[in-house]
Amino acid sequence: MTSASIEVNAPTASVPGELKIIADAVCTFCGCVCDDIDLHVKDDHIVEAKRACVLGKAWFLNHSVDDSPSCLIEGRPATLEAGYDRAAKILTDGKYPIIYGLSDSPCEAQRVAVGICDWISGTVDTTTSVCHGPSGMAFQGVGEVTCSLGEVANRGDMIMFWGSNPAESHPRHFTKYSLMPKGLFVPNGRKDRTCVVVDVRRTKSAKAADIFIQMKPKKDFEALWTLRALAKGLELDPELVHRETGVEFAVWQDLMERMKAAKFGVIFFGMGLTMTRGKHANTEALLALTRDMNAHTRFVAKPNRGHGNVTGADNVVSWRTGYPFGVNHARGYPRFNPGEYTTSDVLANREADCGMTIACDPMANFSQPAREHLASIPFIALDTKDTPTTRAAAVAFSVATYGINTGGTVYRMDDVPIPLRPAFASPHPSDYEVLTQIENRVKKILGITG
Amino acid sequence: MTETFILIPGRTTDQGCGISEGKFQDKYQNEIRALQVAPGDMARLGLRPGDRVRLTGEEGQSVEVCITAGKKDELPEGLLFIAYGDISSRMMTGDTHGSGMPTSKGMDVTMELVERAAQRE
Repeated sequence: MTSASIEVNAPTASVPGELKIIADAVCTFCGCVCDDIDLHVKDDHIVEAKRACVLGKAWFLNHSVDDSPSCLIEGRPATLEAGYDRAAKILTDGKYPIIYGLSDSPCEAQRVAVGICDWISGTVDTTTSVCHGPSGMAFQGVGEVTCSLGEVANRGDMIMFWGSNPAESHPRHFTKYSLMPKGLFVPNGRKDRTCVVVDVRRTKSAKAADIFIQMKPKKDFEALWTLRALAKGLELDPELVHRETGVEFAVWQDLMERMKAAKFGVIFFGMGLTMTRGKHANTEALLALTRDMNAHTRFVAKPNRGHGNVTGADNVVSWRTGYPFGVNHARGYPRFNPGEYTTSDVLANREADCGMTIACDPMANFSQPAREHLASIPFIALDTKDTPTTRAAAVAFSVATYGINTGGTVYRMDDVPIPLRPAFASPHPSDYEVLTQIENRVKKILGITG
Repeated sequence: MTETFILIPGRTTDQGCGISEGKFQDKYQNEIRALQVAPGDMARLGLRPGDRVRLTGEEGQSVEVCITAGKKDELPEGLLFIAYGDISSRMMTGDTHGSGMPTSKGMDVTMELVERAAQRE
């Protein structure tokens, strides 16, 4: 179980005053994980990020190595050794520890975090639980008809976005993967594809669509079941459909005819589905529709994932515990129960008595009851930046940024693993290094050898 | 003036860039604290950009934010939009309905005017 022997890639050495070019660097800001970025680095500062989108440029060009302490205990500078000791004591003193976050860490660090959770019989959860967690539940219920983004680029002629706004959340999605590429079976690129956007707002993504369907808020389930009925050839009451979905029945009929006529259809879905009333039932409906469409033609569905390695977190937690998120080890074996072992619930129900957050900011992104409880218990925070969560932590580690300062492996949103190519070293330790040191101390306290 | 709306938090380009630039920087803070209201709703309710309103959720959770006009046609009347962040998350409740996910979009809220922009100048 130990992970201490795993090494992650280190950046090549920099020479002061010389320009260093990192070809095909990897942007880990969002789930697209674009791996064709050319970074120009001078004196440990990224001066150019070729081919990066607006979010990628902000990610790379705002990165600077600061001189803040690598460790704070109760807000005061401390040595890393003291921080590791205190962190291990917090985690082993607790009766209900929770480890949360992980979606902006490489897989190697995620692996260590899950190991720590196992040693301390704690709960491990990732930011998946508050983004596509309901999709994870739906995958288990319905299954997933899927493909890689490369297949979308080469085959997809009917591209749908449901409750997702990639123009703002994944700016290169259209140009690199889904709409613009000229592929093997879509040689004319955008001209060979039909783009449909379904949303409650006319988002910036709607401008890229051939067909925009603006539906009633909180009616995704009804709209998707309307399409399922149409796919099966069932009769529906047009007035009822219009009243429930806010969209003329004829529009849904037209959409279904186009979906049936496609050669390779793709539905990308976002948090418009998973965060709205219905949640996993909404996603189940979309996945079931996708499955149904395969009676007519080839159709796949893919969640548009947010954080750079949230997909890796799903994979690592799954292969270490058997479940993708919200996993409790209190009985000595893993149990999965969203709504009970997920962090929003564990904190809002005032159950955890200590914790560790890794590359996440629950003090800014959780409900007020959850924040209040987190602030009341001792916890450790690892982050690359100063956040409300690091400020509330008993022990806060400033860590090196994955993909810029450290190597490792991340998973693109289509489950394709991609190795990182770091640009320059950081004075701060990596989260892998911090977690490994904490794990060693936890094992020592618990008397675990080997 | 108290009316019921549906609040839709979501990602924006400035919110995404602001995460990298620093969550305590003005750009990020300004983006996550601006509530977009449909121009039709603003005209009907006599609201102006910069007016401060209070949003109250189903369990009494509330925030106060300044409003800005939603872009033409982007936001239908009856909906409010705000970029993801501290303010939008304060409108979530602790209940996840057995899913692990608090309802974070499509929240029923009431909106009431607290202070006119002109009164603060």
